[in-house]
Amino acid sequence: MKYVEEFRRQDLARTLAEAIAREVGPGRTYNLMEFCGGHTHAIFRYGVQDLMPPNVRFVHGPGCPVCVLPTGRIENAIHLAMEQGVILCTYGDLLRVPAGNRMSLLKAKALGADVRMVYSTQDALRVARDNPGCEVVFFAIGFETTTPPTAVAIRQARAEGLANFSVFCNHVLTPAAIQNILESPEVREMGAVSIDGFFGPSHVSSVIGSRPYEFFAEEFQKPVVIAGFEPLDVMQSALMLIRQLNEGRHEVENEYTRVVTRDGNRKAQALVAEVMELRRSFEWRGLGQVPYSALQIKQAFAEFDAERRFSIPAATAIDVRGCECPRILRGVKRPTDCRLFGSVCTPDNPMGSCMVSSEGACAAYWSYGRFRQ
Amino acid sequence: MGARGVRRFGTLRARSGEWKMNERFSARLNTRDGAVDMTHGSGGRAMAQLIEELFVAHFDNDLLRQANDQAAFDLPAGRVVMSTDGHVISPLFFPGGDIGSLSVHGTINDVAMSGARPLYLAAGFILEEGFPLADLERVVASMARAASAAGVPVVTGDTKVVEQGKGDGIFITTTGIGVVPNGVEVSGDRARPGDVVLVSGTLGDHGVAIMSSRENLTFETAIESDSAALHTLVADMVAAAPGIRCLRDPTRGGLATTLNELARQSGVGMKLMERDIPVNPAVSAACELLGLDPLYVANEGKLICICGPEDAEPLLEAMRAHPLGRAAARIGEVVEDRHGFVQMETGFGGSRVVDWLAGEQLPRIC
Repeated sequence: MKYVEEFRRQDLARTLAEAIAREVGPGRTYNLMEFCGGHTHAIFRYGVQDLMPPNVRFVHGPGCPVCVLPTGRIENAIHLAMEQGVILCTYGDLLRVPAGNRMSLLKAKALGADVRMVYSTQDALRVARDNPGCEVVFFAIGFETTTPPTAVAIRQARAEGLANFSVFCNHVLTPAAIQNILESPEVREMGAVSIDGFFGPSHVSSVIGSRPYEFFAEEFQKPVVIAGFEPLDVMQSALMLIRQLNEGRHEVENEYTRVVTRDGNRKAQALVAEVMELRRSFEWRGLGQVPYSALQIKQAFAEFDAERRFSIPAATAIDVRGCECPRILRGVKRPTDCRLFGSVCTPDNPMGSCMVSSEGACAAYWSYGRFRQ
Repeated sequence: MGARGVRRFGTLRARSGEWKMNERFSARLNTRDGAVDMTHGSGGRAMAQLIEELFVAHFDNDLLRQANDQAAFDLPAGRVVMSTDGHVISPLFFPGGDIGSLSVHGTINDVAMSGARPLYLAAGFILEEGFPLADLERVVASMARAASAAGVPVVTGDTKVVEQGKGDGIFITTTGIGVVPNGVEVSGDRARPGDVVLVSGTLGDHGVAIMSSRENLTFETAIESDSAALHTLVADMVAAAPGIRCLRDPTRGGLATTLNELARQSGVGMKLMERDIPVNPAVSAACELLGLDPLYVANEGKLICICGPEDAEPLLEAMRAHPLGRAAARIGEVVEDRHGFVQMETGFGGSRVVDWLAGEQLPRIC
């Protein structure tokens, strides 16, 4: 565990906590949005909020891929598994996400659909190789971090002539989402949400680099600090954000220098660019249609695109009434503002996606933070 | 339930699947490349041969050799404890054990967590048509070794065969019986504020060993399952401090779920210190990689003990003197809390709730 425990040391956390306490202005509130679910999880799991002064507030953003996937896409996947008879391979988190009509992939599985949990795209390829007589669809979700492995799998499937493998592509893009939040009326005009600065994603930035954030740091005059996922990373980055705010700066700074460079992983970027292209628009749960915020498989790889290969009817699912996931994802509401939270909606019986994934704000509030209420 | 055939030599007496046949057969059971077929559960000659040459041969003991539908025995004085446990683990063979040894250890531990001395086991097998007899023999031999090492014999059993596709190779249910010494009263509802929480060793080894041996998820690790029978450790602990309040083995759902169960049963809260919770560095690393929390990962050879503060030191000393308790540690205390929350001061210096496990972290781990 060398190189991990070092980033969780209590003595260093105390030193940083003292530095932050010295740095914050007394009459001022610092609303810092962590875009990524990974940060949300770290903040709760390690109790980082306890080490912060009361006027530094974490606002949880939409960076949990499971949480932002609209229920219609889950419904589409259930259709593929139930009606088209494919073997649907998916990451474990997606299994319990509620779609319409009280369905989920887990329930579809119980009803006889062949839904398999995989840990990587390589597992999905193996399922395709082992079942040459069956259509195998990989339910691909995630931000820029999980996109390159999907691109690799598609290339590999072509190289191997794996004719029964295809991908239901739901990969989304971080910068487009952050920009959408900053442009939302709640932030721009109504002043309902106050976001003073951003923790930039760690793994996503390892792929895309820090350059893509430069535009909106400048345009919206909000500081961004790219932060690692360890608790000391979060604290160090909070200190850097607070310093920028105190000094009136709005720059992109990189705390996660051990991984992230300005240009990112060019090889991974090239792989993605070879196989995928921008969608004109994609629906995000909580954000609605966001232009150029997601990827689709290029025409040249059409035979591996499940959306072209199967006829998938338009989804009709609507979110559970009263579910505040959309507003929670935009940082407008907190999980505890939702009247379903903790009463009918719990991790054992999630109504909305934020309660499903361990990176979801509601699940994190419930699992790690209930004693505060 | 026994077959009620005429009991004379040469008549099949095993129609129900109970293990009580003895007869000579023309050829030995093919445990090299044979497989279980429907006749092995039909009550006919093939079943009789399976029972005699495999189960009775390996589990050999006086009670089994009596060839009755049931085992009859006297029990020493004290409260009688009984427990049963079904085992459906995948894969069947994993680093540090297999479904056979696990089915013996699991039930011995469930009986022992009452403070009891486990005495006898019963075993029910559900076999799937097509299951290799070589694997079956390997499993049964492993069970027999585990039972013999623990000194808790398998004295009665049953076999059923289901058609291909209606099982997953082999399922084993074991039932154990034991006796609690007089004066010992261990129960999950006895924790009270001020008590101390102890754990017998490192957490998460079993679950990670299972993960590492799944065919669709192979990564190289030296982690072995901690599967072990804990009754001799319990005996030493009961001798050192008969006033132990709660004992429980943190199997599915791990330490976190088990402590939540105890907190709810006793109507108390708990406060843990993360830095005192022993976790093998290799297990931490694997959990880091897989996005798991070791507090929620299963164990099969560890126990949690809650005791009065005065018993903590004598108990730790007794535990550390036993091979299965060398890494025993004090990890927290029981506090008053009507909500029954288990809280933890994180190694980082913050605090958090350690909640029940929601959903499944890993399927089919025991």
